[in-house]
Amino acid sequence: MKKNITRRNMLKTSTAAVGAVAGAGLLKGFPAIHAADAPVIRYLGTAVNMGDAVQKRLFDDTGIKVKFIVKTTDEVVKTIFTQPNSFDIVDSEYFSMPKLVPSGNLLGMDTKRIKEWDNVTSAFTKGEVAGKKIGDQGTAPKKVMYLKGSNSKEFASEPTQHVTLIPTVYNADTLGIRPDLIKRPISTWAELLNPEFKGKASILNIPSIGIMDAAMVVESMGEYKYPDKGNMTKKEIDLTMKIFTEAKKAGQFRAFWSDFNESVNLMASGEVVIQSMWSPAITAVRTKGIPCVYQPLKEGYRAWAAGFGLPATTKGRQADICYEFINWYLSGWVGAYLNRQGYYSAVIPTAKKYMESYEWDYWMLGKAATADIMSPEGKKLASKGEIRDGGSYEARMGSVECWNATMDENKYMVRKWNEMIAS
Amino acid sequence: MLPYIINNSIFNMPNLFKIKPSVGLLSLPYSFVFIFFFFIPLVLTFVISFWDYNEYSIIPDLILENYRYIFENCFSFENGMCVTFKTYLSTFMFCLITWFFTLIIGFFVAYFLAFYVNSLTWQIALFLLCTIPFWTSNVIRMISWIPLLGRNGLVNDFFLSTGLTSTPQEWLLYSGFSVVLAFVHLYTLFMIVPIFNSMMRIDKSIIEAAYDSGANGFQILWNIIIPLCKPGIVIGSIFVITVVMGDFITIGIMGGQQIPSIGKIIYVEMSYLQLPAAAANAVILLFLTLLIIWIMTKMIDIRKEL
Repeated sequence: MKKNITRRNMLKTSTAAVGAVAGAGLLKGFPAIHAADAPVIRYLGTAVNMGDAVQKRLFDDTGIKVKFIVKTTDEVVKTIFTQPNSFDIVDSEYFSMPKLVPSGNLLGMDTKRIKEWDNVTSAFTKGEVAGKKIGDQGTAPKKVMYLKGSNSKEFASEPTQHVTLIPTVYNADTLGIRPDLIKRPISTWAELLNPEFKGKASILNIPSIGIMDAAMVVESMGEYKYPDKGNMTKKEIDLTMKIFTEAKKAGQFRAFWSDFNESVNLMASGEVVIQSMWSPAITAVRTKGIPCVYQPLKEGYRAWAAGFGLPATTKGRQADICYEFINWYLSGWVGAYLNRQGYYSAVIPTAKKYMESYEWDYWMLGKAATADIMSPEGKKLASKGEIRDGGSYEARMGSVECWNATMDENKYMVRKWNEMIAS
Repeated sequence: MLPYIINNSIFNMPNLFKIKPSVGLLSLPYSFVFIFFFFIPLVLTFVISFWDYNEYSIIPDLILENYRYIFENCFSFENGMCVTFKTYLSTFMFCLITWFFTLIIGFFVAYFLAFYVNSLTWQIALFLLCTIPFWTSNVIRMISWIPLLGRNGLVNDFFLSTGLTSTPQEWLLYSGFSVVLAFVHLYTLFMIVPIFNSMMRIDKSIIEAAYDSGANGFQILWNIIIPLCKPGIVIGSIFVITVVMGDFITIGIMGGQQIPSIGKIIYVEMSYLQLPAAAANAVILLFLTLLIIWIMTKMIDIRKEL
């Protein structure tokens, strides 16, 4: 570990030197961004929502190029710990913050440098949608948003100038179903373990997210009411896993999935008719012409949120470029792009400017489509007259029950999850 | 390659210094690669398996906690078998079954290629056929099983239409059966190649002599070909067993993520940054795999046979 620290210090010094050179450039009157040839940002993240179109637009608007370092959610976290200087900007999820912030590898981001900060949705800053409090069980963004200072390793309970991540995208997740094979309404999470779907159900085999879906099911079955699903005690973990182990032994699950494509195939092939699912997977099944519904459930949604962070060593010109990139990201074009994928943009008013009014009505207001709805890649997602699953932004985000989480008993939870898989 | 490495480099390290200098020089580049990218990382893995860790860092220490954790509740059988034992038992079963089928199929395919196909062109062409499973990516190959074995797949269609069964058979996919099927489908080639290699070295005149002395086909197979193929069989077996022991992708996808594997446990621990725990699991897995290989090489001295 000691070796690591010296290496980090060395890199810190060298970055500072680069910053000084860039500063000298500024004095001569060159604009920060165009001082050198096309600045390149090393972007660490899952990059699921960053298509070629985004990169092209970015370059046209700002002259910035992006080099992607694409990894899975867990690997992104690992990279921040083990190679904190291998990237310029990281696209991470809020539930990783309780793990990441104490390491001191991320910079407290200055909200004063974010033009649209005041327009960031209240779901992030206050945990409210349309003035109404939403569920905050688990690692809700507002709990891990603010820091006590730019180099702080502690969260602040009140809003401050410095934040962990600048929010970009979020969504409310629920179960996906095949309405043509189920042939009756589904309205509760408890249906996942309904023996009617024996051998035709699935849940994701990513413990930290799977446990949340499992908790939603257990609670809706009336088995137990968790004080906080996102931070279970050992006893609560045991109870949750016991119920799922029994279901697994009884043959309830056709398969578990751990990869986005697996969930699409399970659903599209009809091997599974009800399962945990992510929004773009629903879209993928539907674009194959197979009916698939992202079913709103009465207990509410499990939400997640992501944002941009910078390595703790970011300074000078590098910081300028990164902030410029983030400001561009929040300025609307990308927001509209994200909204059209079925996610939500962190800054809603700017995204609206880049959406057609019929698109806005469909995606955000939950109204029937007045024209065919297209994906950003130009594939048809919904026909005229259809309504978005779950309805409007307020209906969907307003019904959030809990957030993806890192529990205090994480280690124990992972162990128990493995036991369930092995049972 | 693997058995060669083990015999020459780990167990017989001192021999390196006894042989002629020119040979030592020739083996120098590979020795360097071997030491820096295999031996040292292995030692580090072993060392880290005794370290402590928290949510975001690993802490130098000398504790047995990681190992104790793996075997927790393993020696009291009140609540049935512990996860670790269950997982290894299931992995051993897959090894054994896969080994058996790849050996039988691999042996006879190699036998056919070596003794019934006389032209080299045809041998090469047929060999290429055997590599077809490796032409597509892992993911695509796995997904392709669904239309064949799935609930609405070809096999079930056939069963239903011929009236063999009245309901779709679910054990065809996401089960132990489908895992073994995928393993055999993939790794039979690993048996074919070394066995074929051994067979090609058999002097045809020995077989002719046996035939002339009145031995029948089975006697020739049992008393001449199989004993002379032993090195190939052992090498192929080592390939298959080491691959199956460490696999978690095939077991994961074909088993519908419902069948445990050591590889998966290590993978999950690594993604949660529980690196010392993962290292401890890796050390145990490595130890058991080497133990199996050691036993096999004790049964046949590959170096002598080669």
